Amino acid sequence: MSRTPDVQAPAVETRGLERRYPASRGAPEVVALAGVDLRIERGEVFGLLGPNGAGKTTCIKILNTLLFPSGGEARVAGFDVVREAQEVRRRIGLVSGGENSGYGILTVRECLWMFSQFYGVPGAVANPRIDQLLKVVDLADLAHTRINRLSTGQRQRMNFARGFVSDPEILFLDEPTLGMDVNAARMLRDFVLAWVRERAGRTVLLTTHYMAEADQMCDRIAIVDRGRVLACDTPATLRRSVQGGQHVELEVRDGGTDAAALEGAIGVPVAWGAPHPERGTRTLKFRLPEGRVLGQTLRALEERGISVQGVATRETSLEDAFIHIVGRTLDDDAPGGGA
Amino acid sequence: MSRTLAGEAMLFVRAARARAYVRIVGSFREPNGLLADAVFPNLGMCAFVMMYRALGAPAYYEALAVIGGILTTYWVNVLWGMGAQFYWEKQAGQLQLYFAAPCSRMAILAGMAAGGLLASMLRSLVGVALAVFVFRVQLEPFSPWHLAAVFFATMAALYTLGMIMASLFLLYGREAWHTCNAFMEPAFFLSGLYFPIRTLGAFGAVAAALLPLTLGVDALRQVLLGVRSPGLMPVRWEFAALCGFAVLYFFVARWSLRHLENLSKREGRLTQRWQ
Ligand SMILES: Nc1ncnc2c1ncn2[C@@H]1O[C@H](COP(=O)(O)OP(=O)(O)OP(=O)(O)O)[C@@H](O)[C@H]1O
Ligand SMILES: [Mg+2]
Repeated sequence: MSRTPDVQAPAVETRGLERRYPASRGAPEVVALAGVDLRIERGEVFGLLGPNGAGKTTCIKILNTLLFPSGGEARVAGFDVVREAQEVRRRIGLVSGGENSGYGILTVRECLWMFSQFYGVPGAVANPRIDQLLKVVDLADLAHTRINRLSTGQRQRMNFARGFVSDPEILFLDEPTLGMDVNAARMLRDFVLAWVRERAGRTVLLTTHYMAEADQMCDRIAIVDRGRVLACDTPATLRRSVQGGQHVELEVRDGGTDAAALEGAIGVPVAWGAPHPERGTRTLKFRLPEGRVLGQTLRALEERGISVQGVATRETSLEDAFIHIVGRTLDDDAPGGGA
Repeated sequence: MSRTLAGEAMLFVRAARARAYVRIVGSFREPNGLLADAVFPNLGMCAFVMMYRALGAPAYYEALAVIGGILTTYWVNVLWGMGAQFYWEKQAGQLQLYFAAPCSRMAILAGMAAGGLLASMLRSLVGVALAVFVFRVQLEPFSPWHLAAVFFATMAALYTLGMIMASLFLLYGREAWHTCNAFMEPAFFLSGLYFPIRTLGAFGAVAAALLPLTLGVDALRQVLLGVRSPGLMPVRWEFAALCGFAVLYFFVARWSLRHLENLSKREGRLTQRWQ
């Protein structure tokens, strides 16, 4: 009944993957996935980025054998998620943000041990691994505390550790840093990256609402919306897909110059931003194309009698790319959605 | 992770042991729960013993009620601790973690059963102690081997029935909940937990054919009370029937679990909460 693993097979491969939730109790049918093609290679940290309801969790559930597709096919480590679910389960781990795992009466340590046993990890392997993971998620001091006494963030850190107790080949992280403080989230991001780097062929599929998280962690990102993949590439390439260059914001002492004259002077379209009457200045915005030197532009402005009081620049962010591709920003309720 | 048969067996044992551990730790770690769990379920039994005593019923009626009362604790555990468990897990959102793990679902259920059985044993020991030391209920001399055989056959049948119920909860949420409730009081009545089953007449025979609880109660009474409690059938038959039920239920549970798991994955209800 068992099959030999195909090490050549990509970690995840989907073809025309579809999932519809039938209409029920007056609610219309929902098309959560409308034909998704993905190919995630071994060793990649791959991100699924999309607004609420885009279909990210649905996709992860199908890949974790928790939901059948309504159409198309999905393979994990070369095994079909429907017909060879058992082989898939041996190789995967799943952490969802805000999940409620374990039993309140168990201690943190016992809870992690319990889950390791569902994967058949022998005690001699599980125990040192759990100790190490508890250190990573900074819960070593709380190892013998009952989990119903943990705070939300502490619980989420425990869930995170739980995903690693079986040392899976392919790890699915569905908003794993939800509810964690900035330090904890950074620590865990670094841990995931180190975990993937230190072990040949380990793969992570991550969904997140934090742009910076996706940008920092992922080798490649698929931007999904309404059940479709709109773009799939490295964060750098996605950023470049919007017009490149630097976004510049200057605070200038307003000499009464109009925008058209300024454009003539510096050669790029400009826009006036908010005035700062208390300082007698205004904001001037423009995008400096690649290859242009900011210093020259500033000198050109000075020659026109415009005195520059302050300069701020930023690179094209992943969010710029996201807005460009999806046509709207990540939902407002997603904290950290801003750049 | 070895994929040999031995490896599979190891995985089953490890998963079942871990799940049983939760049950056992759970019932010993909370002192308040211990009191509520161990003493309160036995109060119903005490009421029957005192009632029979007040009415001047033959002494063996008291023993009858004690045996019924003790089995009640297990039946309640089967219904609410086995049957409804996957419902709790689903509401808590952790059912998906069981179903994404490589261990067999039967291992999880077996662990739940073993843990629940051990935890309920504590309760029933309190019941036995009450009966023997407080009410001084009299039993006939009996063979501990017969007792053990009949007891474990009854438990096997009850807990495998619980596994079938657990599988129903995978797909059905609240609906199955009502079913569970429906099983509680009528089962108490039909199994004649607190009175001689023969009182039920033909009803009793039918109930016995359907409910392992009835068979178990009857068999245990025959073993513990001897000739004072004439049974529905010879103990041997009842024992064989209980074993038969256990095997049958086990396979039905396995089939039903697989079938309903697939159905709920198709309908998208396996990981749906608050349904
Ligand atoms: N069990 C279900 N029954 C019906 N519709 C569902 C079910 N689960 C999800 N949906 C719908 O499918 C769509 C995709 O949901 P999904 O959870 O995959 O989105 P998501 O990308 O993970 O969103 P989020 O960022 O909010 O987590 C949504 O419109 C959702 O309402
Ligand atoms: Mg989601």
